[in-house]
Amino acid sequence: MARSIYNTDIYREKLESVSSDILRNVRINKGFIIWMGILALALAACVFAYTIQLKKGLGVTGLRDATSWGMYIATFVFFVATSLVGMLISSVLGLAGVKWIRPIARIAEIIAVAFAAIAGLVIVSDMGRPDRLPYVFMFGRFQSPILWDVTVVTTYFFVSLMLWFIPLIPDLAIAKTRLNGRPGFLIKAYELLSVNWINHDRQVKIMHQAMRILLILIVPLAFAIHTVTSWLFALTPRAGWDSTIFGPYFISGAFVSGTAAVIIAMYFYRENYRLSRYLTNDHFEKIGRVLALVSIIYIYFNINEFLVPAYKLKTHDAIHLRELLTGHHAMLFWSVQLLGLVIPVILLLIKRMRRPLPLLLISAVVLTASWFKRYIIVVPPQEHPYLPVQNVPIEWMVYKPTVIETAVTFGSLILVLMIITVLSKLFPVLPVWELAEEEASAKGEENKQ
Amino acid sequence: MNDENKLKDTEDQKIDDALESSRRDFLKKVGLVGAASVAGAAAVYSGYQFEKKKHSRGTVRVLTDDNRLVEVPVEEVKDIKRELKVLQTQGREGIKGKKWVMVIDLSRCRNARKCVNACQAAHHLRPYEYHINTLEMQESVNTPKFYMPKPCQHCDNPPCVSVCPVDATFKRQDGIVLIDNERCIGCRFCMAACPYSARMFHWQEPMNAEADKEKAYNIELNVPQKKGTISKCLFSADRVRENSLPYCVSACPNGVFYFGDENENAVTNGTTKETVSLNELLEDNGAYRLMEELGTKPRVYYLPPKNRIFEFREGEKKEYREETT
Repeated sequence: MARSIYNTDIYREKLESVSSDILRNVRINKGFIIWMGILALALAACVFAYTIQLKKGLGVTGLRDATSWGMYIATFVFFVATSLVGMLISSVLGLAGVKWIRPIARIAEIIAVAFAAIAGLVIVSDMGRPDRLPYVFMFGRFQSPILWDVTVVTTYFFVSLMLWFIPLIPDLAIAKTRLNGRPGFLIKAYELLSVNWINHDRQVKIMHQAMRILLILIVPLAFAIHTVTSWLFALTPRAGWDSTIFGPYFISGAFVSGTAAVIIAMYFYRENYRLSRYLTNDHFEKIGRVLALVSIIYIYFNINEFLVPAYKLKTHDAIHLRELLTGHHAMLFWSVQLLGLVIPVILLLIKRMRRPLPLLLISAVVLTASWFKRYIIVVPPQEHPYLPVQNVPIEWMVYKPTVIETAVTFGSLILVLMIITVLSKLFPVLPVWELAEEEASAKGEENKQ
Repeated sequence: MNDENKLKDTEDQKIDDALESSRRDFLKKVGLVGAASVAGAAAVYSGYQFEKKKHSRGTVRVLTDDNRLVEVPVEEVKDIKRELKVLQTQGREGIKGKKWVMVIDLSRCRNARKCVNACQAAHHLRPYEYHINTLEMQESVNTPKFYMPKPCQHCDNPPCVSVCPVDATFKRQDGIVLIDNERCIGCRFCMAACPYSARMFHWQEPMNAEADKEKAYNIELNVPQKKGTISKCLFSADRVRENSLPYCVSACPNGVFYFGDENENAVTNGTTKETVSLNELLEDNGAYRLMEELGTKPRVYYLPPKNRIFEFREGEKKEYREETT
């Protein structure tokens, strides 16, 4: 019965208005070119920094034998974490039948695709011999968690890409006749990518089936990628990493950073693309609640992660915890835990704070803190190994990130922004067909009464 | 009309062909003469060179790969690089029937750091790059301080080997854990996994990179060292292959190190060259291994710092300045 809606006048009328609202932003304008130009220039500087690292070796970073994983690995974990939100929004909420995620699902997938795509590249920037990357495939040993990580991150990226692309097909078909004045290559691309979509009943049925399979498939996949990422640490016998709850600890944390990233993107599209008709205050209210929920879950895991060893104070756990709570990393630790987690949760319980602007500000703080949280997880446990670090230069004992390292890290962030920009400027960011359908059936209901 | 023209064209063609072939013949002849004279000159010249060489420096007897004794002119003898492939194969296989083991007597160490220096010289390392390091240790507040040489523990359950994604670090049949820097991708997962901090990474161009460039890589010595890869203690696999004691063991002036084969139940002291029963040595001195609780099963045993023959002196830790390239 639901299919018949496509032939009604109401649907056609709604399709026109929705598509004109959303497709208005699909264009290559001056703003796009300037923004991409700035990103490209900044990226060039970062690539230059990377060439110095390639030439001189990883010694240009602050990494040394004691702390041999630093910013790069923290960023890798952060990227994988943030990309997990695609699964949370589209699958967990989508399969549960939550309706309000419709306009947000594609935004979540854009975030997922962009962060997952660059996560692998960040790992390459951390490698001493990036030229030997093919060895991972030629000589890969399946005992190594790195192999598991490579496998699942790649799979997750492609499945996320499919989850972004498949619901886009009907939109491409709708849009290809409505792109007057856009460059020819874009229209050609739409023609090609819309794979002869004519909104036939069978096509619609296949699409829904494919989506359903992928949405179910991506749940264990997403759990796998971040659990395996946590195991890169938890499978080693170091105090601070040697934890049995690292898997869920990482996953719950991932939802926090990912949700914050989606909120920031939502706000940007709402204001810049003038889409407040589709990304309403109500959407922010609801996703604000989601952020509060996932943050509370994450606080629960934090309590487990720190309170349990803090109660027992085993020798090396004690050294690690002292450094975090009152020592060298205390400032960062408490900022991250309070500003990035506890205070946002308290604020989010207030309804006024779940309106777009306050929510944007809270999310920006949460997302920044999420990166530092990964830094806190990665770096401090390495600074106090079981045996003392002695008879080495001072730089070898304390990790201090360098400018080059920071630039390379920013480079990866710029790449993420570039992917997000391309995906949200050359393609509709909201699902035209779904929103038109939704509005039409709402109107239909109204008329019946 | 058309036919006539065609006929004329064919005739012209024939004349052209004839001229062309005579020109070609001429060129051929000239070329032949030229080539013959060059070849002749070359033959005369090389004959002259050969005669000149023949009686200059005599011959030498050499043993070939397949165990034949042959005689070759001295001039023909060339130093060749040992085949990388041979070194890799024997290096990865290890020595059959052996189980190398090290015993470190903490009561004898006075932090002379001769082990460290000998090791660094053999493996072309900077003064602050370690395969073996001597640490100042104190187990708890009321127990005495002592010095502890710390090589790789060559664990029988090595966490570093488990996590390596490309089989660059591996466990040999004779118990030695090696690193292949022709394979290592520099991910440093093994460093993260090692509870003994036994591994080092080449953060910059290794000390002797330029001088060692031409050498064939010996996996049992890990020289030439390579930028962007891991390096570690090898139990001096190259020395062990030649039936000698490891560099650190023989450099120690104080009899701290014993090294030997667990299968033979015999270890030799590097200073006194005295060989003793492994079991008795461990039993008589209450030997232990580091961090037994982690289940790594080290192949290095420590004898406790009881009745130390040297005093512990405060503040002997070395301070180094990092070299920049």
